[in-house]
Amino acid sequence: MEIDGALLSRIQFAWTVSFHILFPTITIGLASYLAIMEGLWLKTRNPVYRAQLFFWIKPFAVTFGMGVVSGIVLSYEFGTNFSQFSLATSTVLGPLLTYEVLTAFFLEAGFLGIMLFGWNRVSERMHFVATLIVAIGTIISAFWILAANSWMQTPAGAVLDRQGVFQVVSWMEVIFNPSFPYRLVHMLLASFLTVSFLIAGVSAWHLRKDRQNPVACKGLSVALWAALILAPLQAWVGDLHGLNVLEHQPIKVAAMEGIWDTEQGAGLRLFAVPDQKQEKNHFEVKIPYLASLILTHDAEGTLQGLKSVPADERPPVAVVFYSFRIMVGIGVLMLLASVMGAWLRWRGKLYTTTWFHKGLQWMIPAGLVATLAGWYVVEVGRQPWLVHGFLRTNAMVSAHPEQRVLFTLVLFVLVYSLLFGVYLYFMRKLLKRLPAIDRLDEHSALKQNQLAGSLAASPSTTDIPS
Amino acid sequence: MDWAIVWFLLLGFGVFMYVVLDGFDLGLGILYPWYQPDERLLMMNSIKHIWDGNETWLVLGGVLLFAAFPPAYSLVLSHLYLPIMTMLLALIFRGVAFEYRFKATTSKHWWDFAFCAGSSITTFCQGLMLGVLLQGLVLEEGTLTMSSWSWLTPFSVFTGFALMVGYALLGTLWLVWKTSGAIQQHSRQIALNLLIGLAVLLVIVSGWSTLLDERIMDRWFSFPNTLWLAPLPLLTAYALWRARQALMVPTKREWLPFAWVIAVFGLSFLGLVVSVFPFLIPWQLTLWEAIAPAKSLNFILPGVLILVPVILGYTLFGYRVFSGKLDSVEGGY
Repeated sequence: MEIDGALLSRIQFAWTVSFHILFPTITIGLASYLAIMEGLWLKTRNPVYRAQLFFWIKPFAVTFGMGVVSGIVLSYEFGTNFSQFSLATSTVLGPLLTYEVLTAFFLEAGFLGIMLFGWNRVSERMHFVATLIVAIGTIISAFWILAANSWMQTPAGAVLDRQGVFQVVSWMEVIFNPSFPYRLVHMLLASFLTVSFLIAGVSAWHLRKDRQNPVACKGLSVALWAALILAPLQAWVGDLHGLNVLEHQPIKVAAMEGIWDTEQGAGLRLFAVPDQKQEKNHFEVKIPYLASLILTHDAEGTLQGLKSVPADERPPVAVVFYSFRIMVGIGVLMLLASVMGAWLRWRGKLYTTTWFHKGLQWMIPAGLVATLAGWYVVEVGRQPWLVHGFLRTNAMVSAHPEQRVLFTLVLFVLVYSLLFGVYLYFMRKLLKRLPAIDRLDEHSALKQNQLAGSLAASPSTTDIPS
Repeated sequence: MDWAIVWFLLLGFGVFMYVVLDGFDLGLGILYPWYQPDERLLMMNSIKHIWDGNETWLVLGGVLLFAAFPPAYSLVLSHLYLPIMTMLLALIFRGVAFEYRFKATTSKHWWDFAFCAGSSITTFCQGLMLGVLLQGLVLEEGTLTMSSWSWLTPFSVFTGFALMVGYALLGTLWLVWKTSGAIQQHSRQIALNLLIGLAVLLVIVSGWSTLLDERIMDRWFSFPNTLWLAPLPLLTAYALWRARQALMVPTKREWLPFAWVIAVFGLSFLGLVVSVFPFLIPWQLTLWEAIAPAKSLNFILPGVLILVPVILGYTLFGYRVFSGKLDSVEGGY
């Protein structure tokens, strides 16, 4: 592949969007978790729930901030780097994104301030409403962005006119395009699962330092209950999603499965090294008939191969193939971990089994890796199309000289790497501290302190407690 | 009804909301060098709960341009590639500074720097882009010369600095409104100086812009245009004078100078529109050439008309929750 401005623009978009998606994946799940914990606290007045809320709201705020700043970049990148794309699809995507801003971004931003800083300015009930609205806002945001993304995968409800611009025929068909329901549920579940394992892992970490910590016990318990329900559900939804992809984007499935020749009774490749040039796999390890069985629910079912379309209509197979395996592999691992958690709970050893806690700690980033891998399957698997079957990616890029895009790409790589390091540093700092119920008194004491003290009187308390 | 005009007004409203709201909080960052470290903390604190909402208007402006005037979005964003990318990177540093400044122990001064530099560079880029739009994009044989640096001109650099003065003024007036004591007095002094600066800059930018293109010159200085456009500069001068009065003779209504300067911004914005109307991208694209198809616009119109008032409602509620003076630093989370 030749390094040109178009390729660099694509790498830049891939880099910026990959960076961005990490943060919403966490905040969508964590916002719901916070709303549930605050609701339970108001209902039961059990301080353990409030301790959960106070502990997780700080990492939430930091993550949300990262999501906001990295998201703004994307809304401008369509125009700066993909001007042809924005011309052709603005009629469809413009309104969807406008609704995202109007129904979600403002809502989240408007109530986040009250959620984070309004503790002693609004009633408890109002504060809970603010938290709930922020959580709902994150889900509405996912709704619109997934609608837009799914439309690029399975375009419907619009026709391409002679000027090369999409004209909408039906908005219902545009929004509820064939792959949208699957993709939305799959992403929301991914986010909830990611957060379940984040909370489980961090709680396990705390338990290793403090065996009796009631807040950590509660966190571990809630997170593993959630994972026990979500992981099998995600496997089922993932399967449905796969069938939907097979129907609308069979070549993407061929790349996911590493199938070159159209096969009857295709085997499931556990491992292979796909070779785009020679149009075959090396070192294949496969289970006979299984791919056909899973995808067509018939051992003798036919699966379309990559070679059924011209070489320039195939996605880069290796990326899709490996990403898919990483995603599924982590999914299986999550399923095993949640079942193991249930078994340990049944035996009364959930809070004392150190090896399990260590394992969970390793799984803290698992959801993020799986989500990224899943997005690579979706997005790389759609290539060479930007809007599947209609617009080719390379024709949609702004005609920038390569030095210019290279310059900004290098900047983005440097800045984002730096910021990610800073993010991890502060997250570690925030998550490392043991949560404690009696620390709440410290929180309210601080609040009173702030009310009483002025800037001049107590310069040492001028910082926000964190 | 001419829908292009309606959408132009809606877009204009979104952009103006952005300029005022993010204007004052970007202004606080620009002002950092003129304040003491403990005052800086108070400044950052005064907007920690609203900056995110303020910045959302920038996203709204972007997507409204994308949805309602797609050719303009595509043209202007790809042409202004470097200033936009610079602005986005600066906004990132400024945005994360809020989170990390409050949690940092040893790196506080770095985040202060990120906030100050990020705010200043963001504002400069916005002012520069404004200047570029006013002077017009450079086209070569009908297409944009993507490799050109035509956006970097004395005029655009000048408007870049001019906007920094404007935003800084909004920032000081926000402080006059939201603080008391020494910091308020200090802000009032700075505001008075910046107000004079802004008046001078407005005169220079207005005069310079008429020299850029004879169409702008004609718009303002041909009879009878001059006659019925005369109220614009006169009202601007009046608003500037009232802002100065309100600063010199403080009353209980400490938001008053802020309000008058918002009026100055509104009138200047109107003046800008008058200069280039009906062009959305001066001398390249008129509103009617750039407007999106009805099927797309009719889908978002009810959403915009219903949701924007709702957004304004809860935004106001948010400001009211945090109303009053900021004389002590309040905790959060």
